[in-house]
Amino acid sequence: MRIVLAAVALLGLAAAAAGQEVAPFVVSGDGIAAPLGGLAGSAERGGRIVRNRETANCLICHTIPDPAEAFMGEVGPPLAGVGARLTPGQIRLRLIDPTLANPDAVMPAYHRVAGLAHVDARWRGRPVLSAQDIEDVVAYLSALKE
Amino acid sequence: MRAAIALALVLAAAAAGAGEVRAPATFLSPDLRALQDDPSRHPGWLWVDSGEAHWRAPPAGGRPSCQGCHGDIGGMRGVATRYPQVADDGRLLNLEGRIETCRSRHQQAPAFGYESEPLLSLTAAVALQSRGLPTAVATDGPAASFVAEGRRLFETRMGQLNLSCAQCHEANVGRRLRGDVISSGIGTGFPAYRLEWNTMGSLHRRLRACSLGVRATQFSLGSPEYLALELYLAARAQGLPIEAPGLRR
Ligand code: HEC
Ligand code: HEC
Ligand code: HEC
Repeated sequence: MRIVLAAVALLGLAAAAAGQEVAPFVVSGDGIAAPLGGLAGSAERGGRIVRNRETANCLICHTIPDPAEAFMGEVGPPLAGVGARLTPGQIRLRLIDPTLANPDAVMPAYHRVAGLAHVDARWRGRPVLSAQDIEDVVAYLSALKE
Repeated sequence: MRAAIALALVLAAAAAGAGEVRAPATFLSPDLRALQDDPSRHPGWLWVDSGEAHWRAPPAGGRPSCQGCHGDIGGMRGVATRYPQVADDGRLLNLEGRIETCRSRHQQAPAFGYESEPLLSLTAAVALQSRGLPTAVATDGPAASFVAEGRRLFETRMGQLNLSCAQCHEANVGRRLRGDVISSGIGTGFPAYRLEWNTMGSLHRRLRACSLGVRATQFSLGSPEYLALELYLAARAQGLPIEAPGLRR
């Protein structure tokens, strides 16, 4: 029993059980190598998700190399060159749940529903981004080589 | 010019100092700060004027006005520095709660209601009497457990975005979050006139905005959670001047 529980936690299936919309994944080192649900990402869609001020809201905390964007934040590191610094697997893990790499991470977990406190009813049980959204953003960020 | 740069560096260094709580005014743009200091241009003074009128007006039913028992509102000097405070009956009261208690207990009149114009006005007018005086809340004795609860809430990650108050208002003070510079997150400027609201609002209304920002449950105005947080914020602000009525973006 204990072994089964441990395996479930490792695969992230505990999260999947709590909300249908969270895809299973396997963490290795500080990355998640396999695309969620085996989905292919679109960098173009990912760029739109990153710029969306209503949903992902990445730009309240980060800058991206795009002179058309104003009022970007500086709580997180600039995303310029992130595709050269991190592998797609490392980026995927930081989007799904950065506390998997660093328990004190400030960045929100974008594909997690388990273990969150006082979530407003409108968003309870739903991750911020779907598996497809995550893969799109991974594709966009991986292409930011400088 | 060189002096301005040196000052900016000093301010930047102060922003980096971990654990240091700074007065909200030090985070305001020079324009907003000047406006906050100028009663002739600060729209919050409309509420102060109306609060002073409420102070003098007797309620229906023959009970005394606030002034009838307390005298001139100038006698409220220093009172706001000591709130929130635990009352004799063990309840934690902020200034709004204290005024509502007088309203029902001593004026035997129906409560104004949180965020109502008369309560915001009276709170602003009473708080103004302490403008510039150092925050001095009691944190020991019966207040200690409320302070501890407030601290626990302040440090708990909440909402779909999984962020605690402390992660923004301690770990990221001075950084830009979209158009805002993150301050130490204390309540000394409230009630405040917020341009985004186009009106005066209470500290609890501001806290509801922060909760919504991380997609967390918004506790109700006057809830035990926000009261405990308010006391913890005041404990963090101990010694810093009351700025109410504040002026905010
Ligand atoms: C509340 C602020 C905040 C938001 C919103 C946010 N991030 Fe972050 N992000 C951070 C911080 C802070 C870090 C540094 C690690 C940490 O403390 O979490 C970070 C780290 C990262 C990293 C790793 C960068 C590196 O060089 O190591 C990536 C990639 C990233 N964020 C992408 C995103 C994307 C994409 C979004 C939107 C979907 C987003 N972030 C939203 C705060 C934020
Ligand atoms: C009938 C007399 C009476 C009236 C009328 C009255 N109060 Fe009071 N007030 C008191 C008493 C007595 C106290 C001390 C606490 C207690 O016993 O309730 C008090 C306490 C206070 C305090 C806290 C003072 C401190 O030092 O902590 C404030 C603020 C206050 N009243 C505001 C008001 C306002 C505003 C009104 C009008 C809406 C008002 N009061 C009407 C009798 C009155
Ligand atoms: C995502 C970051 C973030 C989180 C988390 C957050 N806040 Fe805020 N808060 C802000 C920003 C941005 C402002 C507006 C700029 C400022 O005054 O700091 C603000 C404003 C405030 C203010 C008004 C300060 C003033 O003088 O106008 C208070 C008080 C406050 N927050 C308290 C809290 C409390 C208590 C919590 C936890 C329940 C919290 N905040 C959570 C970002 C945050």
